[in-house]
Amino acid sequence: MQIGVRVGVIALPQGKQDLLGVAAQRRRTGFWLLGLTVGLVVTGVVAVGSGAVGIAPLTVARIIGHHLVGLPGEVTWTPPQEAIVWQVRLPRVLLGMLVGAGLAVCGVALQAMVRNVLADPYLLGINSGASSGAAAAILFGAGAGFGRYALSTSAFLGALAASLLVFLIARSGGRVTSIRLLLSGVAVGYALYATTSFLIFASGSAEGARSVMFWLLGSLGLARWDALLAVAAIVLIGMIGYLTVIGRRLDVLAIGDETAQTLGVSPDRFRLRLLVLVSLSVGVLVSAAGSIGFVGLVVPHLARRIVGAPHVRVVPVAALLGAILLVWADVLARVLLAPQEIPIGIITSLLGAPFLLILIRRLHATGA
Amino acid sequence: MIRASEVSWRYGANPVIEGVSVTARPGRVLGLIGPNGSGKTTLLRLLYGALRSPTGQVTVDDDELSTLPSREAARRLAVVVQEAGGETALTVAELVLLGRAPHLSTFQRTGRTDHEIAARCLARVGAAHLGGRAFAQLSGGERQRVLIARALAQQATHLLLDEPTNHLDIRYQHEILHLVRTLGTCSVVVLHDLNLAARYCDDLVLLGSDGVAAAGTIDQVLDPTVLEPVYGIGIQRLDLDDNIHLLFHPIDQSIKQRSAA
Repeated sequence: MQIGVRVGVIALPQGKQDLLGVAAQRRRTGFWLLGLTVGLVVTGVVAVGSGAVGIAPLTVARIIGHHLVGLPGEVTWTPPQEAIVWQVRLPRVLLGMLVGAGLAVCGVALQAMVRNVLADPYLLGINSGASSGAAAAILFGAGAGFGRYALSTSAFLGALAASLLVFLIARSGGRVTSIRLLLSGVAVGYALYATTSFLIFASGSAEGARSVMFWLLGSLGLARWDALLAVAAIVLIGMIGYLTVIGRRLDVLAIGDETAQTLGVSPDRFRLRLLVLVSLSVGVLVSAAGSIGFVGLVVPHLARRIVGAPHVRVVPVAALLGAILLVWADVLARVLLAPQEIPIGIITSLLGAPFLLILIRRLHATGA
Repeated sequence: MIRASEVSWRYGANPVIEGVSVTARPGRVLGLIGPNGSGKTTLLRLLYGALRSPTGQVTVDDDELSTLPSREAARRLAVVVQEAGGETALTVAELVLLGRAPHLSTFQRTGRTDHEIAARCLARVGAAHLGGRAFAQLSGGERQRVLIARALAQQATHLLLDEPTNHLDIRYQHEILHLVRTLGTCSVVVLHDLNLAARYCDDLVLLGSDGVAAAGTIDQVLDPTVLEPVYGIGIQRLDLDDNIHLLFHPIDQSIKQRSAA
C-alpha cells in the first residue's frame, strides 16, 4: 500500500550525491550567513565610531572589548570617548540592529501569511495604534504612572489594541482569511491615523505636536541601556529564532490554505499564532523606535533574491540584512545634517521608495 | 479506505451535496463523475476534510477524519488540489520536498532519504529535469505533474486528485492516470472525461442534480441508460478488448435542427 515501496523501482541518476541541489544551496546560504554576520559586526563597530565626534574603529573595538570581556585591560582612550561609545552610541546601534532585523522578519512573516508581496508590518494598522498611544502619552500624559517608560508603554498598548481590533474584525466572518486580514488592517490603520492627527490638533500644543511628529517619523534617539532594550532583544531574537525553525510551515502557508491543510498545517490556527507574534514584535519595535517604514517591505525581497524562497533561509538572511541596513540608515540620519539629526524614517523611505519602484517594474515585466 | 456517510454541504442557501454516502476501497481507484455544478469537487473536499460536513461523518481507515491530528491526516491522505500556487517563488525541488513535511518534526531538516524520495517522485511524473526550475515559470501541464510528484512524496496510503488531467496533453493525461492506477493506493479522482474514467477507474460515483445518480463498478455506472438523463446527451457504448468506449451525440432536437439549417 505504501507508495514508497513502489517508487523505489525508478532508478536514480548514478553518481550524483547531491540529488536536488539541496547541499549546494545549504552551503551557499551558509556562506551568505557568515558574510552577513561579519558585515554586521563591521557595521556595528564603524557605526559606533561615526557621528559628531568621530572615533577610530580600533578604539571602538577596544572599548567594547574592555567592557565585555575585560580585554584589553589597559585603558588607551579618554573618558569622554568611553562615555560616547558605551553609554550613547552602542545601545543606539544595538537597538538599530534589533529594529532592522525585527522589521524585516515581521515583513517576511506577514508576506507569507497574507500571500502578498506588498505586505509589511505597518499594513496591519499596528503601527498606527502605537502612534495613537504615543501621541496620547506625549500630548496628554497618558500612562504617566509608568514613569520614564510612559511613552513606550502607551505606544505598546496602542499597538496591541490595534492588532486585537484588526483581528476581531477579520474574524467576524468566522475564519481569518488573508484578504480579510489585509482589508481590516488597512481600515483600522486609517482610522487610527486620523485619531492621531485629531489628538495632535486637539492638544493645541506646538511643542507636543513637534515631538509626536519626530516620533512618527522614527528615531533611535531614545536608546539607552534600559529594560526596553532588554525586552526588545528578547522578543525579537526569540521571534527570529522561532520563525527560522518553523520555516517549512511558512513555506506551506505561503502556497495556499488548502495546500497547507493537506500537508498537515492547520492554516487558521497557524495564522493566528503568527499574528500574535508579529503584533507583539511590532508593538515592541514601534514603542522603542517609532514608525520606520519600508524596511519590512523591501528587505524580504532582497533576502529572497539572495537565497531563494524557502523561509528557513529567508528569515535569518532578512534579519541580518535588515539589521545592517537600518544601522547604516541611522548613521546617515546622524551624519547628513550633523549636528542636527534627521528622523530615520525619512532616510529609509528615501532609500526604500526607489527600490519599490524597481520592484513594480519587475513585477510588470514578468507579468506576475 | 475512505468512507463518507450521509455528508452534506451547502454554499449559502444552495445545497450542493445532500446526504451523500461513498466508499473508496483500498487498492482501487474511485472516480467521481458528473456534469458541471453537480458537486464533484465539493464531495472530494469533504473527503479530505477541507470542508467539514455538518451531517454524517467521514472516516479514513475507520478513524474519524475530524478527530485525526492534521499531521497524521496528511500522512494518510495526499491531495492534489486545483489551487495553482502559481505565485510561489519556490523551485520545483523545494516544492516537492514540502511533501515530506508531514513526516518531519517541526524542527527537523529534510535528510538524504527525503531528497531521494522527492527525486524519485519527480522522475515518476517525468519531471526529473525540472528540479531546479522556478515553479511559477512552468507550463500548466508541468505544474500539474510537479504537484502530483509532491503528493507522491507524501507517501500517503490514500491519494485524492481534483481533475488531475486538467492542462495536460493527451499523452500525459494517460500517463498520469496510468501512474495513479499502478500506485496501489486507495485513490479518488474527480474526472470530466468519461473515457478516461472508463479506462483508469475501478469504481465510479455519478453525481446528478440531486445527489448520487449511480454508484458501482465502471461496468454498472457507464451504462447509457444511466448516463443519458444525467448529462443530457446521447451516448453509445462500445466494449472493445475488455475496455469500455463511449461515443457521444447530441439528443436535443433543437440542436439538431440548428445544425441542419
